[in-house]
Amino acid sequence: MIAVLGMRRRLQQPAAHRAARLVERDATLYRRNWLVIISGFIEPLLYLLGIGFGVGSLVGSVVTQGGHQFRYAVFVAPALMATSAMNGAITETAFNFFHKLKYVKLYDAVLSTPLGVADIALGEITWALFRGTAYALAFIVIMAALGLVASPWAILALPAAMLIGFTFAALGTATATFVRNWQDFDLVLVVLIPLFLFSGTFYPISLYPGWLQLIVQVTPLYHGVDLLRSLTTGSIGPWLLLDVGYLVVLSLAGLVLATARLERLLLK
Amino acid sequence: MNGALKVLAHHLRLYRRVWKGSVFVSFVSPVLYLASIGVGLGSLVSRGPAHTVGGISYVAFIAPGLLAATAMTTASSETTFPIMSRVYWMRTYDAMLASPLRVRDLVAGEVLWLTFRLALVSLIFFLVMAAFQTVHSIGAVFAIPVAMLSGLAFGTPVMAWAAKQRTDTPFALLFRFVVTPLFILGGTFFPIDRLPRLVEGIAWLTPLAHGVALTRALTTGNAASMATLGHVVVLAAYAAVGIAAAMVTFRQELAR
Repeated sequence: MIAVLGMRRRLQQPAAHRAARLVERDATLYRRNWLVIISGFIEPLLYLLGIGFGVGSLVGSVVTQGGHQFRYAVFVAPALMATSAMNGAITETAFNFFHKLKYVKLYDAVLSTPLGVADIALGEITWALFRGTAYALAFIVIMAALGLVASPWAILALPAAMLIGFTFAALGTATATFVRNWQDFDLVLVVLIPLFLFSGTFYPISLYPGWLQLIVQVTPLYHGVDLLRSLTTGSIGPWLLLDVGYLVVLSLAGLVLATARLERLLLK
Repeated sequence: MNGALKVLAHHLRLYRRVWKGSVFVSFVSPVLYLASIGVGLGSLVSRGPAHTVGGISYVAFIAPGLLAATAMTTASSETTFPIMSRVYWMRTYDAMLASPLRVRDLVAGEVLWLTFRLALVSLIFFLVMAAFQTVHSIGAVFAIPVAMLSGLAFGTPVMAWAAKQRTDTPFALLFRFVVTPLFILGGTFFPIDRLPRLVEGIAWLTPLAHGVALTRALTTGNAASMATLGHVVVLAAYAAVGIAAAMVTFRQELAR
């Protein structure tokens, strides 16, 4: 009987109305922890003030790859926005998802309802995206208020940040299915820290030797940073489509991998 | 004291299973930070308005700051979830107290274990700092015990508080509202006097600002002043109060 049910779930395509139930569940839980949600707005603001203006006072101005000169805060702010989209998505999917998958055994319970595995992946990623969108919106508003937006193209920074969040939410969910225990998250950090530090976040990658530039250009956060920085500083060109295409392909790959892995883990 | 050593032995035995990953991260993380922020961003600072930070290179400026900050983050991750887990989730302490161990052995053992973890990360960090040529005197090795003391100053009050928690939400808030702001604004990445006067005043109330000032003075060779002694006193006072508070809260939660 269970095997038959399992087969039915396996064949099920994801459906928005079912995934929405899981989003509702997450939102209901967080109503009790609203302070945690609010605190997510504080962190990027601190980075913006501390790195943008604090470190900015030591740096002065930066010449971008396009040859334009910007105040350091203008240069670093979009990169911090991209990083914050990545970190938010990874925290929600990799860490929280793993906790629910392995310790709370939430999804075993969810699967006894009409929801299927693909609905779970879609629902959790959607929830991560909701949260990320709220933070990204706050971030761009704060940037504008502090005078760090140099172009009207910045209006597209919100959907761009949502795309970055979606990509890392899909990757984070896929990663969580490979994690065996909390110690394995050390390895997740060993991937996240270099992404954070070396994706052209704090300075142009033209400072790197050629081989390192090539490596950086195949990693995902670099494209997120490049996309947001181009939009908020107004250096628009066809290469932005490459950034977008890269992130879209990667997010779909993450989604397919996450669903396939979850089927193996949950429908044993 | 013997009881405390038993608790330490328990932690060391568990750590034997995970030490490789833990040591690897403790090594890789400073290498990445010093390479990216220290050297990379440092090259922008050297072209900036003042070229240096008060006469020292940017990498030499942030390295000791990151050492103290790493001690703080290590201490906060060792004293939040793990402590609550042993009090409430896994009830490891109940099992320990069923043996001849007493509550004060648990507290002393936890402090010893935290000291061990801090010694390990500080030593590894210091070796990486030396490899980046940011260590300029023999006296700089004292930055290791000073970083450990900074970690204890931050970790022991957190330990006392964590024993009383029953959900993990307060920990998320501690990281968001205390640890991260201190990491960013506590003097690690830029001189603390660039902050607005009020924020700077608040920063000096926390252990991290004193830890950063002290490790920086030691590795850049400016430690011979009364201020040095003041920082040590503040850090030691935090640690002493933290341990005393942990004795109280552990008793409240465990001695029934």
